Amino acid sequence: MAQNVSSVKLIDGDRRLDGRGVTDLRSLKITAGVLKKAGGSALVEWGKNKVLAGVYGPREVFPKHMTDPYKAIINCKYSMASFSSLEDHGRAGPNRRAIEIGKVAKHVFENNIFTNLFPKTMVNISMEVLQSDGGTRIAGITAASVAVVDAGIPVKDLVQGVSVGKIGGRLVVDLDKIEDNMGQSDIPVIVSLRSKEVLLYQLDGMLTRDDINEGMDLVFEAAKLVREKQVQALKEKYERVEEQVADEKPAAGKETEEVM
Amino acid sequence: MILEEIKEEYVKNLLKKGKRADGRGLTDYRPITVQKGFLQNTEGSALASIGETKVLAGIKFDVMEPFRDRPDEGVMMVNSEFCILAHPGFESGPPNERAIELARVVDRGIRSAEAIDVKKFVLEEGKVLGLFIDLWVIDHSGNLIDTAALAAMGALACTKVPKYEDGAIIRTEFTGPLEVARDVVATSFEKIEGKAVVDANDEEEIASEARMTFATCGDDLVCAAQKSGRGAFTKDELLGLVDLAFEKRKELMGKIR
Repeated sequence: MAQNVSSVKLIDGDRRLDGRGVTDLRSLKITAGVLKKAGGSALVEWGKNKVLAGVYGPREVFPKHMTDPYKAIINCKYSMASFSSLEDHGRAGPNRRAIEIGKVAKHVFENNIFTNLFPKTMVNISMEVLQSDGGTRIAGITAASVAVVDAGIPVKDLVQGVSVGKIGGRLVVDLDKIEDNMGQSDIPVIVSLRSKEVLLYQLDGMLTRDDINEGMDLVFEAAKLVREKQVQALKEKYERVEEQVADEKPAAGKETEEVM
Repeated sequence: MILEEIKEEYVKNLLKKGKRADGRGLTDYRPITVQKGFLQNTEGSALASIGETKVLAGIKFDVMEPFRDRPDEGVMMVNSEFCILAHPGFESGPPNERAIELARVVDRGIRSAEAIDVKKFVLEEGKVLGLFIDLWVIDHSGNLIDTAALAAMGALACTKVPKYEDGAIIRTEFTGPLEVARDVVATSFEKIEGKAVVDANDEEEIASEARMTFATCGDDLVCAAQKSGRGAFTKDELLGLVDLAFEKRKELMGKIR
């Protein structure tokens, strides 16, 4: 796929390969409460990305020696399904990339969750990439934040992210896979709009101080829309619950509206 | 765990009276859905749900070398992953014995039914197509085998064979749909208080003494079976379950095609 693209211009004037402008996000759909067993869950469909997040806890710590008497410990797992990319069938088990993403995602939620309220417990957050097209860690953490709130765990803010990067010498928002692979730079960022803080920042490529400055502004601007979608997803979940309660006939195998 | 013991007692006491907690009859399935073509980066996919249990099947083809003892055949592999977000009891790590059993039972069903002709997967000398059927358990409320089999067959039913050129697969071009010679359907029975229960949920599974799964590939053909758990079945019980499996097959077939 990539080799066909190398000769193509990623950006022509203000138009990107898929027709977007420089600050346009791909289509974004968030659904909260998609899993039955998980305490909280969310599905994020972002462009071609499909990422499922599930949260368990606060619950008893395992293994026990990891227990923190003052706060909850956070475990984050990011994994890509072996069928998630358009390329070959993936290998089983986490690779170094997945472990690193799990680690930086964990730091986001260690900041975001009021862990001091739940000493001697753990919260497990799992992000499963079912389909990938660039920007999966951002989609995953955006989903995980909705899942954490869906689980009823107190947080400082809904956190969300957008990637910003450089293609054809221009800064653009929300890079897809081709733009990430063929472009000059990609920065996944997770922010909290309430505190105006950056909770995750990873950069590769070559950028000037001005690029970084401008890129950050683009991220904070784009994050507003992502946040709106998160809030909407959580509201819709409770509207669904309300409707279910309203016409509650707990008959055998009652069919509920399928969201996934 | 004390809560599990309470649930077990509850399920058993109800079944003594021939009842189930959710009001179903003993041989009733929960609502079933199969959403084909759920993913775009795969050659075939389906999200199957039975009640609140959800399994996603993704199918990928790869170019590989044939097994040395079968140079004129392609490869088919079934894997399963119990995603930790599917159940509070699932832990990350390599597949455990339950995950391996699930994949192998589904694999046996499809393989013995000769549903996929792997001889057609030969590309050239020393190069064949490998068909990977990955079963992602994303929500576990019991009866994973039947749900996984539905997901696998739903995915195979919409799988397209990718084009092969100059030693590589072209992911966006296809030679045509994958031929599936027979549709495989699995029906599992859990034995609780001496009664065989179809489509047990996770609470019923805790109370179960034994499980029997029959996979069928025709109106009168069984293509795989697996007995699991400590309990036992008599010959008459097994034959009764075979009859029931054929009966249930009709119900499930409509969901795959």
